[in-house]
Amino acid sequence: MIEKRKIKTTILFLLPSLLLIFVFFALPVFVTIFYSFTNKTLVGVKAINWDFVGIENYKFMFADKRFFISLKNTIVFLFFSALVGQQVLGFALAYMMQKKNALLRRFVGTSVLLGWVTPEVVVSFIFFAFLNTEGSLNSFLGVFNIKPIAWLFDHAMLAIIFANIWRGTAFSMLIFQSALGNVSESVKESARIDGANTRQVLFRIIIPLISGSIVTNTILITLQTIGLFGLIYALTGGGPGYDTTTVPIYMYNKAFSAYQLGYGTAMAIILVLFGMLMSVFYMRSFKRND
Amino acid sequence: MKKIIKNYSQHVVLIIIAIMFIWPMLWLVFASFDKTGPLTIKVPDQITLDNYIEVVTNPMNFRAFLNSFIISFSQASMVVILAILASYPLSRFSIKGKSKILYSILFLNGLPITAIMVPVYMVFFRLKITNSIISTTLFLVATALPYSIWMMKNFMDDVPKTLEEAAWIDGAGIIQTIIHVIFPVILPGVMVVFIFTFSGSWGNFFVPFILLSSVEKIPASVSIYQFFGAHGQVVYGQLAAFSLLYTMPIAILYFLSQKFMSQGFALSGAIK
Repeated sequence: MIEKRKIKTTILFLLPSLLLIFVFFALPVFVTIFYSFTNKTLVGVKAINWDFVGIENYKFMFADKRFFISLKNTIVFLFFSALVGQQVLGFALAYMMQKKNALLRRFVGTSVLLGWVTPEVVVSFIFFAFLNTEGSLNSFLGVFNIKPIAWLFDHAMLAIIFANIWRGTAFSMLIFQSALGNVSESVKESARIDGANTRQVLFRIIIPLISGSIVTNTILITLQTIGLFGLIYALTGGGPGYDTTTVPIYMYNKAFSAYQLGYGTAMAIILVLFGMLMSVFYMRSFKRND
Repeated sequence: MKKIIKNYSQHVVLIIIAIMFIWPMLWLVFASFDKTGPLTIKVPDQITLDNYIEVVTNPMNFRAFLNSFIISFSQASMVVILAILASYPLSRFSIKGKSKILYSILFLNGLPITAIMVPVYMVFFRLKITNSIISTTLFLVATALPYSIWMMKNFMDDVPKTLEEAAWIDGAGIIQTIIHVIFPVILPGVMVVFIFTFSGSWGNFFVPFILLSSVEKIPASVSIYQFFGAHGQVVYGQLAAFSLLYTMPIAILYFLSQKFMSQGFALSGAIK
């Protein structure tokens, strides 16, 4: 094909996508950066006559105790629900399901996938019932004479961690299933012939071989988890108090309930920066795999 | 003997984990058939379809489902078409700066949508396009495009060029070639992108929660939240029936296409 026509086709075919991405995706990101340096509010005088306030929002944020609580909550939630919970459980499931019969694999795989296909809001509702004082978990514990526990009030963080593990484990499981499927039998076999036991084969052979997938999975579930809103918002609303207020929830409350858009966007920037950092790592891990 | 225990211990652990995953879901199923709608798992004394009938006959619920469908279906269709178009030159031509485009697409893929919702609302507010199903759908299209283009390009890379060359010789144009030659070959990939995108927006809560406000425009996700968040006296049985009806379409889509879907996962995990 002639070079000119190629360029024309490229532009023509890419244009609609790039235009949409620019208007609805990239532009808001720039607007975010811009407004995070203003004192714009959603309603009132400052909604129209806003001023540049420099890094005031950021200064305010770093002095805001509640922001730090929400940041700490985000990190705790990320660490226990995704990095440890989903990833370790997902790997364990994928690892144990290898070479099991098809029926068992299908049964386990389908059960775990139930959480993944369930919409966020429904996950919240299911766990609202499951962890309720009159819910299934307490009924079960009652069998062992354990008094009902108010999970959603006394252990709210644990509640959202459980819910997120239930919802997200399938993702890690599927990623690790395809990674483990690519580890060649002969490598494992020769290690065994050399006298390595199961544990050594796992830690010295298999895990190093799938390290690329572990990195990618870590990044992807981190990105999914730091932006999680609906599940937490519908289950605990960020409460009781600030116990389960993560950065997205605090941001939402500040921007839409307290109408401090400038401050809300400043927090969004921190989230975006974190996401960007993760994105860079994500790209790097792709480049290395190429 | 020790070996037998060891061999089957993994089976037992797997089954226990599977049961723990089914357990919370089981309540939803039982409660949806129970008029009293208890919060704990209990086989209903009397199995009834009343909850379902109540939900289905309520015109507001029907509206919410219809909105969900309109948004998700039109979004996923647009995404598929745009992604095929965009990924064609990225897959076929050696263009200057191609890797830059590809990596910025991958980079956008990593940004948490939650973080940009506040400014998106501001932009929409200024442009007076809040509370519109069309603009909400277009926003969802834009946010789904980066990963869809990425996946679609990977599927297209696997189509041998010789197939197209035959079509060129027969005098077919690019669009015709895409429709008649490439599309049939990458159909499984197209399905993956469609289902990924469709179920993503079908289950999405935050975007319509922020961008749509009228009762007649909100999709099922927001409607369930209002059902269960706003009212003091919740009829759990009905809410369970509503939730189950809402979960069903994507659950069915997923399980019918599990083979395709694992391909999608393999791609996002970068293991080729």
